[in-house]
Amino acid sequence: MTEAPRFLRPVTAPSADVGMAVTFQTPLPLDCGRSLSPFTVAYMTYGTLNADKSNAILICHALTMDQFVASDNPITGKPGWWTPMVGPGKPIDTDRFFVICANVLGGCMGSTGPSDIDPSDDKPYGLNFPVITIRDMVRAQKRLVEHLGIEKLLMVIGGSMGGMQALQWAASYPDCVRAVMPIACAARHSPQNIAFHEVGRQAIMADPDWHGGEYYLFDTKPKKGLAVARMAAHITYVSEMALQEKFGRNLQNRDAKSFQFTPDFQIESYLHHQGASFVERFDANSYLYITRAMDYFDLAEEHGGQLSDVFRLNSARFCIVAFTSDWLFPPVENKRIAHALNAVAAQVSFVEIKSDKGHDAFLLDEPEMFATVRGFLNHAATDLS
Amino acid sequence: MSAPLRPDLAAIADMIRSGARVLDVGCGDGALLQHLKTRDVDGRGIEISQANVNACVARGLAVVQGDADTDLVDYPAQVFDAVILSQTIQATEKPRVVLDHLLRIGRRVAISLPNFGYWKVRLSLLAGGRMPRTNTLDYSWWATPNIHLCTLADFVDLTRECGATIVEAHALNNNGTTSKMDPASLTHGYLGPNLFAQGGVFLLKKS
Repeated sequence: MTEAPRFLRPVTAPSADVGMAVTFQTPLPLDCGRSLSPFTVAYMTYGTLNADKSNAILICHALTMDQFVASDNPITGKPGWWTPMVGPGKPIDTDRFFVICANVLGGCMGSTGPSDIDPSDDKPYGLNFPVITIRDMVRAQKRLVEHLGIEKLLMVIGGSMGGMQALQWAASYPDCVRAVMPIACAARHSPQNIAFHEVGRQAIMADPDWHGGEYYLFDTKPKKGLAVARMAAHITYVSEMALQEKFGRNLQNRDAKSFQFTPDFQIESYLHHQGASFVERFDANSYLYITRAMDYFDLAEEHGGQLSDVFRLNSARFCIVAFTSDWLFPPVENKRIAHALNAVAAQVSFVEIKSDKGHDAFLLDEPEMFATVRGFLNHAATDLS
Repeated sequence: MSAPLRPDLAAIADMIRSGARVLDVGCGDGALLQHLKTRDVDGRGIEISQANVNACVARGLAVVQGDADTDLVDYPAQVFDAVILSQTIQATEKPRVVLDHLLRIGRRVAISLPNFGYWKVRLSLLAGGRMPRTNTLDYSWWATPNIHLCTLADFVDLTRECGATIVEAHALNNNGTTSKMDPASLTHGYLGPNLFAQGGVFLLKKS
């Protein structure tokens, strides 16, 4: 095991430092039957771990996020993706709590992923990287948490794919979490969500610059394909009402329709911008692998299809949060988790927050969500003392 | 930090034995559940208001945001020792369906409700000729959430319709006290608690 901290330089931005990282030599067994070794977990921490190591909170990030939850992102230069939520005096108060956020396995911000060198042939993994699952990501996080000397996390929290990981933590390591807060997620990926992901993957693989996943060797990137994948996905992150309010049918920098295929509408121009900026910071193969992990997620599957059985005798407390206008992970899917937990007498609350922002609401300024997180976390922390 | 419980909630709390598993439907800010927690009751709540749910979460209670009219169907049969419905049945869309579900989910059902047969209510309509407004039912007819008001006698009829037995019944008096009442005294509907009680608290079980 290599000691942290050290600095990694991801393929997407070779000049950027990505915080702390630890490399494990002991192989990581994976759901697909293969194993990874060595493997690296890149991470960030905020706040201070207390003497009895009881104030640690693990934040799990969503599909295209990273470990820079509350500090400037070294690649984009933008503030961390959850700065309204995490920091001194914020709902997840870094004056009181020790916050950990790790780049997921398969990612492109320092944790081992398809853009890293395969030690068996000294070439980038590409499609030789094993197909990973949400459970594999959580296995890697568990190694990190152990490495930091923490036996039991005060809370695991995350939105979207981060919520899936939080649920998986409760399922895989029920004795290692006191409180679990999945936000805007589901216990399984729906066929509609799988469908959108497949559109994105096909767009990447149809790009001639993808080169069967070996574009690293051709000094190119499937930028067009990845941008289209991002554009399609981005539509699913917002509600129709939000698009209507933000863009309507307004034209972009012109007074009339052009009768050409350049972007006429603001919404088109906005999606192009989303796609173009995304390809500068994300690896296309990572996108393939991480979306696949989400598609494979079905928590009940490993328990004979009964979601309740996943949580039998679970002593953690849960708070599940959904947003009314989220059609990617709609409230009914979130509530299903609450009912499953209720059915086995687990301590669970379910909160449905009114918002017209769609799935992305969990990343935005939603005062009710902040109040929920603050209240739930405070009580979990006081119960401990 | 615990304020004294509302009289009907205090009466309901007395009906719940220590260590019981309880579902409070329409649990508000969780005052009753928190009180019951001190007696080792394993309490759950359903609550429709976002602000109230957050208050419950901050108190460390297990509360699911939802609607009694639509969500009770998701709860399996006979998993709770008691199900509580306080001052809520008159605001449901389908009181009969809700009561059927409560009797299915809980071995006992504790219900409190306002009495539309209370003499002040009757007098208000008789003398004033307008929809009554009282301390406990202080809404204009067009703004009230209480869309299915009934008298205590009406409610007793419904319990029979649903095949329930009244285990205990208490009158909620004008001065904030409660007194035990004989359900049989409610059958005629003209006098007795149905005229003099502001509300009632009932403990039911499936016959």
